[in-house]
Amino acid sequence: MIKNIRLAYSMLSPSLIWLLLFLIVPIVMVTVISFTTNEGYGGIIYEFSTEAYETAFLSSMYLKVIWNSIVWAFIATIICLFLAYPFAYFIAHAGKWKNLLILLVMIPFWTNLLVRLYAWIILLNGEGVINNFLMDLGLISDPLTLMYTPASVILGMVYGFLPFMILPIYSSIEQLDKTYLEAAEDLGANPMKTFFTVTLPLTFPGILAGFIITFVPAVSVFVVTDLLTGSKLVMVGNVIRDAFLIEMNWQLGSALSILLMVLVLLSVLVFMKFTSSKDKNFLV
Amino acid sequence: MRPKTKKILFLFTTLIFMFFYIPIIILMAFSFNDSKVGTVWTGFTFDWYKSLFSNDQIISAVTNSLIIAVITTLIATVFGTLAALAIHRYNFPGKKAFNFLFYIPVVIPDIIVAVALLALYGWLDITLGISTVFPGHVAITISYVMLVVIARLAGLDASLEEAAKDLGANEWQTFWKVTFPLIFPGVLAGALLAFTISLDEFVISYFTTGPGSDTLPVLVYSMVRLGVSPEINALSTIMVLLIVIMVVITGRKMRVSK
Repeated sequence: MIKNIRLAYSMLSPSLIWLLLFLIVPIVMVTVISFTTNEGYGGIIYEFSTEAYETAFLSSMYLKVIWNSIVWAFIATIICLFLAYPFAYFIAHAGKWKNLLILLVMIPFWTNLLVRLYAWIILLNGEGVINNFLMDLGLISDPLTLMYTPASVILGMVYGFLPFMILPIYSSIEQLDKTYLEAAEDLGANPMKTFFTVTLPLTFPGILAGFIITFVPAVSVFVVTDLLTGSKLVMVGNVIRDAFLIEMNWQLGSALSILLMVLVLLSVLVFMKFTSSKDKNFLV
Repeated sequence: MRPKTKKILFLFTTLIFMFFYIPIIILMAFSFNDSKVGTVWTGFTFDWYKSLFSNDQIISAVTNSLIIAVITTLIATVFGTLAALAIHRYNFPGKKAFNFLFYIPVVIPDIIVAVALLALYGWLDITLGISTVFPGHVAITISYVMLVVIARLAGLDASLEEAAKDLGANEWQTFWKVTFPLIFPGVLAGALLAFTISLDEFVISYFTTGPGSDTLPVLVYSMVRLGVSPEINALSTIMVLLIVIMVVITGRKMRVSK
């Protein structure tokens, strides 16, 4: 028994050491940095200070950025949910076509996000495909501003993260025990009632899982605003990036990172509370 | 499902697939467009692909990405598989905490991992380059390998290992002759997942790579920021086609192993 425990630890130790060195220690460092004093030009004075958090909370600019990030990501996630559910429902009931259709979801899922956002730049920009098309039809005389708006940010997020919502919902619908549906039908429920009282509650874990793995990347992404608004609109990810790479204000960048992490972990905790442990294996 | 419901859902699903694919198809089509500027079709050409293959920046970015992905895959697959075996087989104090630790890279935003690594390297005064990118990639992919291998182990018939032991095989022989061949498809799937995640990864690479050692996604990002160009279309087209090939192959494998 003792031998087994020792063996288990020695098998875990490579991963453990790696994760400690390159994940846990760095995150602890960011936490420490967020409470140090800023010397300017990236300098760190190891004196306790809450200045970075005060800047983040007291300046209306950063609060607005955090608020915008949450709102845009939330709207995008909700839109994804309403698009993904009926879509996944249809695929899960598509019989022999099921595997092919889910394969067609895997292609956008794996295609690089930057490439897929670039595809939208081609469509949306001033001399883009949509504007050219509308002008050729004579519907508009001047190009419309399709990029640089919150709507384009939300569109980019929906396009980017929709597969993240589809896959867990699909797997929860697919794994649904069909006997429950038959039971509901036998007991006289119509399809509508069966859906709302049986299918929807039983696939709720899939919805929650989809919600988390869509919302987390959406709220922290900076390339969507970068590419579809030319950084004219910013999210918290952009501010963190700029704080670290341009302004060299590591304290502010760290404080905002910690705030983002707390926000994300809170939403994950809520998710864990609502699902049983067997439903958490949505990732594989 | 009622026929009418089915019809509406079919239409809806078709529209979503169009939403997914029309932008990508238009992007691919313009990679063959003769015009350097704008999005008006002027004629067919392969020029952008030719200039792609003579572009040193792109070749070096692809090389960097491949080097990083191979190193990441080797480390993450070995470490992740070992961890999966330990967690699946043994009960030990702190198992819950380990499980939790392995979920952190899955749920934490990539930008947090990226800035944290940047802070670490800055504090240690390490010069950024290829060798500073893969540690982050390994950190985020170990968990995925582990989850895939654990799923495979869970489906394993324990009586096979017992039979081997009853027939006189020791632990080591049992592992290499019975367990490993049985979980190999899972290990391979985990490795492929790690490789793909690493090749595709942008945020950690962007923060932790140094000048002159861009990975492919980092190069794509800096090219796209400069505006639309048919060369990016050609590069994107190749990247999409590689994903299509990968998805089709793994899709087939999955059906065979079922």
